[in-house]
Amino acid sequence: MTDTALHPSAFEAHHDHAHHDADHKPSFFARWFMSTNHKDIGTLYLIFAICAGIIGGAISGLMRAELAHPGIQYLGTWAAYLPGGDAGLDHALHLWNVLITAHGLIMVFFMVMPAMIGGFGNWFVPIMIGAPDMAFPRMNNISFWLLVPSFTLLLASPFFGGAGTGWTVYAPLSTYGEPGPSVDMAILSLHLAGASSILGAINFITTIFNMRAPGMTLHKMPLFVWSVLVTAFLLLLALPVLAAAITMLLTDRNFHTTFFDPAGGGDPVLYQHLFWFFGHPEVYIMILPGFGIISQIISTFSKKPVFGYLGMAYAMVAIGVVGFVVWAHHMFTTGLSVNVKMYFTAATMVIAVPTGIKIFSWIATMWGGSMSFKTPMLWAIGFIFMFTVGGVTGVVLANGGVDDNMQDTYYVVAHFHYVLSLGAVFSLFAGFYYWFPKMSGRMYNEALGQIHYWIFFVGVNILFFPMHFLGVQGMPRRIPDYNPGYEHWNWIATVGYMIMAASMMVFFVNLFWSLFAGKKAGDNPWGEGATTLEWTLSSPPPYHQFETLPRID
Amino acid sequence: MRSKGLKSIVLAAGLAIASIGHATAPAPQGAAPATTTAAPAAAATPAAATPTDPMLAMDGAPHMLPTPGVGMPVDGKMTLQPQVTPNGRRALWFHNAILFPVITVISLFVLGLLMWVVFRYRRAANPVASKTSHNTLIEIIWTGVPVIILALIAAPSIGLLAAQYKPAPANAVTLKAIGNQWYWSYQYPDHGGFEITSNLLKEANQVQPGERARTDADGPILLATDNRIVLPVGVPIRLLTTSNDVIHSWAIPAFWIKLDAIPGRINETSFTIEKPGLYFGQCSELCGARHGFMPITVEAVEPAVFAAWVKAKGGTMPGAAKPSTTAADSAAAPAAAADANAAGPVENATSAAPATNQAAADNAAGASNAGQ
Repeated sequence: MTDTALHPSAFEAHHDHAHHDADHKPSFFARWFMSTNHKDIGTLYLIFAICAGIIGGAISGLMRAELAHPGIQYLGTWAAYLPGGDAGLDHALHLWNVLITAHGLIMVFFMVMPAMIGGFGNWFVPIMIGAPDMAFPRMNNISFWLLVPSFTLLLASPFFGGAGTGWTVYAPLSTYGEPGPSVDMAILSLHLAGASSILGAINFITTIFNMRAPGMTLHKMPLFVWSVLVTAFLLLLALPVLAAAITMLLTDRNFHTTFFDPAGGGDPVLYQHLFWFFGHPEVYIMILPGFGIISQIISTFSKKPVFGYLGMAYAMVAIGVVGFVVWAHHMFTTGLSVNVKMYFTAATMVIAVPTGIKIFSWIATMWGGSMSFKTPMLWAIGFIFMFTVGGVTGVVLANGGVDDNMQDTYYVVAHFHYVLSLGAVFSLFAGFYYWFPKMSGRMYNEALGQIHYWIFFVGVNILFFPMHFLGVQGMPRRIPDYNPGYEHWNWIATVGYMIMAASMMVFFVNLFWSLFAGKKAGDNPWGEGATTLEWTLSSPPPYHQFETLPRID
Repeated sequence: MRSKGLKSIVLAAGLAIASIGHATAPAPQGAAPATTTAAPAAAATPAAATPTDPMLAMDGAPHMLPTPGVGMPVDGKMTLQPQVTPNGRRALWFHNAILFPVITVISLFVLGLLMWVVFRYRRAANPVASKTSHNTLIEIIWTGVPVIILALIAAPSIGLLAAQYKPAPANAVTLKAIGNQWYWSYQYPDHGGFEITSNLLKEANQVQPGERARTDADGPILLATDNRIVLPVGVPIRLLTTSNDVIHSWAIPAFWIKLDAIPGRINETSFTIEKPGLYFGQCSELCGARHGFMPITVEAVEPAVFAAWVKAKGGTMPGAAKPSTTAADSAAAPAAAADANAAGPVENATSAAPATNQAAADNAAGASNAGQ
């Protein structure tokens, strides 16, 4: 990553002495621990997300191992490694709830969000709008470093009993149902992660509104920048509500308030309204930057501009806006009145319209193109289909009358893993392969990349598609043991996990091999289709880019 | 089922790979032969409710045997459980005849488009890319057509909701399900308010000597309970749910019913079971360590058998002296009265004279909403 000076980009070549300053890097500690450079902070976020992804993925491996066959297989053994491990079966069963909680929180708050927004957002939003850095570089640094104590709190909590509340932390299970410090630690962890995200959101909004290069109007911004802008607004509006809800949990737990306790006039369902008012925008926070990444990649590898650019941008805005008024579809079984349920059914289905516009616009972008199928493009095409599958099951679940049966079954688990584990994660891999040459200055290995894609694709489909069948057969979520009537598809899902895990070995081999021995990447390895500003810079870009602002026609 | 055929085509290839080395044949349920559905009616001759009546031995010796494949999951199956309530059948039809075909066609349509563009517009076949980036007509079409499809889905969906929210009639049997960590308790407020506690039946290797263990006659593993809830077929059931601790959820997939049991609230829904039989469900809201171990077992019987069972439990059937009976009921159900402070109108509606039920139930929905 240090040979930039040897490969000045065409753009930087005009400013030789400025470029020399641009590449002056601080010492190791100052560079990585006191960083104010958006690219370095982006790299830190990506490393963090990969670490969290390994942990969260390993936890899902534990879950799939336990669920491979009926009966409690391993929980007792695993629980013995934790404090209080000899406390009997309930302790082992509680460990199950700790695992599902940790998996959810880690994947949402410490894998997908840091990678999408912190990683790719930090790296490429300033570059794509022709800005030298983020608007508030030091705030950018604190955004990242808040995540570290946050994650530490969450990872430490199992050693103090463990938070077994589910990632939704529903009261009253999270208030008087779970004594001990663990849930408090998890709540504080969410507070810190939320503060980190709010600061990041403020930074992105300010950067995008104020630091665009001359000529880079809002309607000329790349769609990835649009997606991060919409995401930042969702974060800014949704996270304070989560912070309020979990603060009330804290005071209910520790200071005898009764916000969610009916004995004192509170209401447990209030917590669910507050949580999902945050929680539903949160799922779009996780997928919208992915939409942006996919748009860039489809356009690049089809050698065509994005079809219906304005429609694509405003579809994301529409998804963001409507995403705030559909939250109670997560609560269809809580005893909502019929009118409320009808409204949330209809409003939820409306979201399918802008989502459909995006799907069809991506296909129309490819239509008439001259497509090459490099690894990022494979992930992008896979994303479109897998996200469609996850989207249509969402339309099924949107129907309040149908959801009475599907709610809290594996059908829901299948649905949200299709949009997240096959949607968001596919877009993360797509973005990673797409920008790896730009970030590292080296090409990844194309053959290994494609092998990774195909094995992963087969693995996750075998892993998650059978969950639809488990769901319609009635298997509830979040149970460590099940009736043998669910064994067949659970076993197949576990096989799918193993296939997926094998593909991740290929990914890591590729990652490390390419970092140290990969072919040097040129400024623009993807050819004429790659038209955004990052491809005008060297690979990796100079430490400070755009000391003279680019001018967009 | 129609969905099974389509889904198996989609999945066949991947699953064939996955199944290598694994016994794909569904595990035998190990339950009694399938011919037992007819048995209960015959066995439970609803004679006089004397202590020798088999119904009285319900707790110790269940005589209605589970029917494999009814009211429980079937290994390897890909379809929804068969429905035994009118709203369940309606919802099943909505899913199988409308939702599932629509989402399958849309998914295959997108897949087909993707395969076509990948084939037709690969670099070798189309070296020079077009520069088209707009086409107003097609953008209007792909906005408008989904709107129409969604509207067509929404109509039956709204109708289904309206049917599900139709208040139970005055003659409905009220079942109150109360969630506890980690078992269900039940009350029959219209029938003298007697209470039943329903615990998971553990396997033989998990119980102390002398303790009752699950047998195949009780029901499938992890779904069988020591005390079944008995409900009459053909009579509307008014289900009330609440909880004594954290949130639980009362669910029977074969009824298309899932209703959260929330402390401080009483939720209400209704259903009518059409076929006698044993139907199993599980708690469906994460409620702590033993969340996966608080099953629900409903034994649906002919009304006469139900009446005998109620009598044997020390309850009363709401008879000619209706008003006084219901008054006695609410007095005899102190737990129900205690809950009334948080959801007053709802509980009042339940224990009031049946004639006011309909209006009160409407009120209940609104009241619980206003409370949020």
